[in-house]
Amino acid sequence: MLNLDQYTCLGEALRDALDRWPNETCLIEADRDREKTRLTYSDFKEVALPLARALEDAGFNSGDRAAIIMTNQSKWLISAYAVFYRGGVLVPLDYKLTAAEHLQLLAHSKAKFLIVEYYLWRAITQSPEFKNNKLTKVLVTEAPLGADLAGAYRWEDFRRKGDPAFVSRGRADVACIVYSSGTGGRPKGCVLTHDNYLEQCKALTAWYPFWPGVRYLSILPTNHAIDFMVGFIGPFVCGACVVHLRTLRPEFVRDAFVRYKITYVALVPMILKNLERGLRAKFDELSAGKRFLLYRMIALNKSLTRAHPKVGLSRKLLSGVHQGFGGELLAMFTGGAFVEPSTLQFFYDLGIPVANGYGLTEAGTSLTLNDLKPFRADTVGKPLPGVELRILNPDSDGIGEVAVHGKTVMSHYLDDPELTAQTIVDGWLVTGDLGRFDGNGHLQLFGRKKNMIVTEGGKNIYPEDIENAFDGLPVKECCIFAANYLWPAKSLGREMLVLLLRLEQNQEFTEALKQEIIARNRRLPDFKRIGGYLMCGKDFPRTASMKIKRIELADDVRKVLGRAAVVEL
Amino acid sequence: MTASNQTLEQILNLAAAHFKVPREKLTADDDFFKTLGIDSLQALDLLTRLEHHFHIELPDYELQGVSDFRTLAERIQVRL
Repeated sequence: MLNLDQYTCLGEALRDALDRWPNETCLIEADRDREKTRLTYSDFKEVALPLARALEDAGFNSGDRAAIIMTNQSKWLISAYAVFYRGGVLVPLDYKLTAAEHLQLLAHSKAKFLIVEYYLWRAITQSPEFKNNKLTKVLVTEAPLGADLAGAYRWEDFRRKGDPAFVSRGRADVACIVYSSGTGGRPKGCVLTHDNYLEQCKALTAWYPFWPGVRYLSILPTNHAIDFMVGFIGPFVCGACVVHLRTLRPEFVRDAFVRYKITYVALVPMILKNLERGLRAKFDELSAGKRFLLYRMIALNKSLTRAHPKVGLSRKLLSGVHQGFGGELLAMFTGGAFVEPSTLQFFYDLGIPVANGYGLTEAGTSLTLNDLKPFRADTVGKPLPGVELRILNPDSDGIGEVAVHGKTVMSHYLDDPELTAQTIVDGWLVTGDLGRFDGNGHLQLFGRKKNMIVTEGGKNIYPEDIENAFDGLPVKECCIFAANYLWPAKSLGREMLVLLLRLEQNQEFTEALKQEIIARNRRLPDFKRIGGYLMCGKDFPRTASMKIKRIELADDVRKVLGRAAVVEL
Repeated sequence: MTASNQTLEQILNLAAAHFKVPREKLTADDDFFKTLGIDSLQALDLLTRLEHHFHIELPDYELQGVSDFRTLAERIQVRL
């Protein structure tokens, strides 16, 4: 691994990595079972530098912002490297957002350049808000021949000969602007520095090192903090290989483990549960005798690995299961959303440790991680090296708000000093999550203080971001809350959003109104939908400027209504 | 019955069989996440079944934002 202390920016570290391991494979891209791209570090450099030179010739300079909207693929990383090479600031956007949301965040981030996949660009150009965009140059990948690119350039042709000038940046300079939310409300653009990323990388690889020959399967979106770190920066500065799979179809995910002999993978809880479901179904299909033998082996493995994982032994005892994962899997990472302890235990008992962690975009990638010494299914692990955590105002059970201090904490929210001041207090970032430390220094999470949910797919959903979907609903007023915010549950499970309705005087809740709510809800992406609604018996408290006083309203609701009042949709 | 209605009918039959739901409980405008009680990965599983049945290939992004059988049928119909 490179000694990251000697670098001032990601561009420098990545540049050295390309020279250090020229013949190692750094990228494999597969679409289903078809391999599309395979690059060594030397190949990667050959592809990326002409792009960096073209960016330079197009006037892309130090500190300029370039957004990327792409699914996981090699061009994502090649483009990101070219941006860093030129000293630029990367704005990775979630490809699952709508075109209007993309345009909103592009405007907020003041990105000059955009690198985008064709199908996403087509949607963006058809959006009514497109005419107001301030982009100066757009590069579109994989556009069909003869496609109308609306003034954009074809990524594959955007190349210039000649060595590009490398632009170095300082540790405190901005590396990325990453949006943790805010598409419908107040955009939260987390400004992360080169120091944030280099320190995060150092901390993570201290516990889970990469090396040449390691293969990381990238299926989380690369714009997500976890995949950006463990599916790009981490493997590259260690000479490892990233395998991009351009589908989430469970059968191809399973196939990729075997085909590419994957070492590490990061997963959201939904995918982990899907894998568990698939394995359990396979176990059930075994004959009674084979199933009996399998469960005996699992029990034996469990007792022999109680203190710490013994991968070699587990691979021998449960060779069929391990072969199904390619036979070289060391660990799977998960975090970002609640994971059932039983799912974590299921995999651990099979000899496949799942390192459960906790992090938030505002603090880099991960604040805590399970170090497997021993494995714990009931916690999100211990603080990573260099991360300081404390519990603010703990109650009698030791539970309070988690606050973090350290080099991975973001600089600020873009163009929002007020929100920054509320979030980073005396150098400590208050997370809005409730937790406590146990006697072994493991963090346990018990719910949220903030009004938001994290889906099983790892998406942060803030009520304010989806309220506009219910604008104009024929009621007196309405707003959305996270159910666990209204009724603190001391758990991260059962997260859902609820619509609070205040009807007009003498108005009845009709079937037509219910159908209207259902129809509007369905226009939202499935992961953003509300789970139910409830009625409020009095007008919402509002400020002088007519904004809803949410904290007061939440207090009012919980005084008179319980969770049972929610009518599920 | 039009070609698109036939496609829709076949999708409803396949979804009912795949997720073991009585066919009569499914209608064209149902939110299939809700009606079938599935997550987005299970929806991708259904998509694979449909690909095999109709002998087509649908990129994952074709399912982005689609949550009812009728729209799904339209996406498939244009590729037949």
